[in-house]
Amino acid sequence: MSAVASLRRVGLPRLIVHVSVLVICIIWLIPTLGILVTSFREAGQITASGWWTAFTGAAETSAARLGEPSTARQEGANYVISGSVFEGGKGGTVRAFGTRVAAPTEFTAGQAADIGNGETLTVNEDGSYTYSKNAPFEGRGKRVYLSVATPPSFTTENYRTVLTSQGIGQSFVNSLTVAVPATIIPILIAAFAAYALSWMEFPGRALIIALVVGLIVVPLQMSLIPLLKMYNEIGNFFGVPSRSYAGIWLAHSAFGMPLAIYLLRNYISGLPREIIESARVDGASDFEIFVKIILPLSFPALASFSIFQFLWTWNDLLVAMVFLGTGKDQLVLTGALNALLGSMGGKWEILTASAFITIVVPIIVFFALQRYLVRGLLAGSVKGG
Amino acid sequence: MISQIVSAVGVVIAGVFVCALYYWLSDKILQIIFPVPVENVRAASVNLNRRAMVRPWLFLGPALILLVVYLVYPVVATFILSFYDRSGGNFVGLANYRWAIQDAQFRQSIFNNILWLAVVPAACTFFGLVIAVLTDRIWWGNLAKSLIFMPMAISFVGASVIWKFIYEYRGGSETQIGLLNAIVQAIGGSPQVWISLPFWNNFFLMAILIWIQTGFAMVILSAALRGIPEETIEAAVIDGANGWQIFWKIMVPQIWGTIAVVWTTITILVLKVFDIVLTMTNGQWNTMVLANLMFDWMFRGGGDSGRSAVIALVIMAAVTPIMIWNIRQANKEMGGH
Repeated sequence: MSAVASLRRVGLPRLIVHVSVLVICIIWLIPTLGILVTSFREAGQITASGWWTAFTGAAETSAARLGEPSTARQEGANYVISGSVFEGGKGGTVRAFGTRVAAPTEFTAGQAADIGNGETLTVNEDGSYTYSKNAPFEGRGKRVYLSVATPPSFTTENYRTVLTSQGIGQSFVNSLTVAVPATIIPILIAAFAAYALSWMEFPGRALIIALVVGLIVVPLQMSLIPLLKMYNEIGNFFGVPSRSYAGIWLAHSAFGMPLAIYLLRNYISGLPREIIESARVDGASDFEIFVKIILPLSFPALASFSIFQFLWTWNDLLVAMVFLGTGKDQLVLTGALNALLGSMGGKWEILTASAFITIVVPIIVFFALQRYLVRGLLAGSVKGG
Repeated sequence: MISQIVSAVGVVIAGVFVCALYYWLSDKILQIIFPVPVENVRAASVNLNRRAMVRPWLFLGPALILLVVYLVYPVVATFILSFYDRSGGNFVGLANYRWAIQDAQFRQSIFNNILWLAVVPAACTFFGLVIAVLTDRIWWGNLAKSLIFMPMAISFVGASVIWKFIYEYRGGSETQIGLLNAIVQAIGGSPQVWISLPFWNNFFLMAILIWIQTGFAMVILSAALRGIPEETIEAAVIDGANGWQIFWKIMVPQIWGTIAVVWTTITILVLKVFDIVLTMTNGQWNTMVLANLMFDWMFRGGGDSGRSAVIALVIMAAVTPIMIWNIRQANKEMGGH
């Protein structure tokens, strides 16, 4: 029984709670849903109608030319041209039509429209039309404008395009190359440090812990300028490129290190003293204790931190831009997406598909390992709670 | 691309192997340098003590090196660079600070940062608390929490694309495909170019961060709410308090500490906000914030390390009180151990 459960006895009407949570969930979900749906639509449909109409079909404005005057046949006093506006094109359902480009929905489908000059035009929903005049037709075939409802259609073409020709595939590999080592290396280093800070006695321990806690909040911006200079100097000195994967792994490892040590120390120092001391009595060295006892027992904490670190390195833009460069084959996914926003602004079929590719990996990680993520957050924030 | 994957996998394995090898090898070397002879008890105990003195530093070594090279040294270096000119070669005294005070864009950034600080932590904490209370009362609350928490996994750049699509504006008689403009049109308003609307565009950018961070506040506050001892609530119920009073007068005061933690965590995040502004407006239309201005000056016209160092120091100064508070808290806990 929790405090909240007892509040329930006093509480507000249940229904209001259900409805308001539902509304909040919908508000929170709609933005992501928007780009997911849009990424599967054709470019033409995306600009023709909002994504929320994707399932009901879109209304597109198109133009068609009626038959040439030579195809007219005489019916009594009138001359009539008939046929289909969809000849040679794709099908659909005509909702409305018009004869001026400014008013493509002037008349509804099936209506016999008097378009002046003694002419009458009827365009039916299936695209067949009857165009009649009380005198012979002259000039070229008449141009009409149509509002055509196309059935909802979805495509994976956008994904194929961005993965192959927009460099997103390459960036995906780059992101993995950055994120995986930048997750594993700091965990190992931080775990050893956390063990030393929890279970070993040495002078200066309290000072180092205070340093680690202080460094957690130091903004990344403080490190960028000196590190950029340092990387360039090292690059010049050894004649190697100053921007490399090794450089960014170390940078990510170091920037994640304070939080890693802090979280792992909180956990490792809470392990039962008896286990560690009895192992010591049995003659195990600290190295053995760490590998055989601490590491397996700390699995939940290690998992929590690795999720944080993976999400942070995968989603990072700033560190990658500074330490990996902005060349086309060096871009990680976030950088590639940022570049596309500049060069493809308004091309939503490209942007939405790219965005979805960049967010799909962290979302899978999130839903698969949410339990550990929450546990890590709580360990870092509500200590003793 | 295949070769890159293979080499990446190889490097991961090699990197982990080298790390593990360092710890294993350094421990072995330590045992060889300070042997523990069975026959000589005195020498054995001396060497055991020596091992115990050295070993912590072997374990801490790599972590300390990374911390010092990537965080401690740069903080000092940035401070020193702020007194030098654009190339870092010539001492210019307080010229960079004087420039900052008079620069219109710098003032704009400070103003915007204060605006962000006033709105985002408060909004996240408020929504987080409300949602935590509501979702704890229904059977599908955990599912709802998952959905609201989900944006935390999305990168700021990804979130920016998502929201840019919502704010999308199309001119003339074209159909509005941005959700916000479509709604505005449906209720009879006229569509706007939201992200270039002076002053208010800041709030449209903040909405993105609130959308991402509310889940974080909700998760932590929800755990704190569950930790409230039930007797306090029962006593209030017996005294005839209603739900509203119980929430504000019994529950909120008891989780005050957690609210402070959530607030400060988001405050630090807001001070460093960079990606959202870069991708949405790149600082145009009066949306510049300090982190972006700093990045801008790092590369503008070949880079000006003095000016960008000053801007970085302003961000650092803003987080310093939180840093001191955190260290005090940690020391207090250590004392209690």
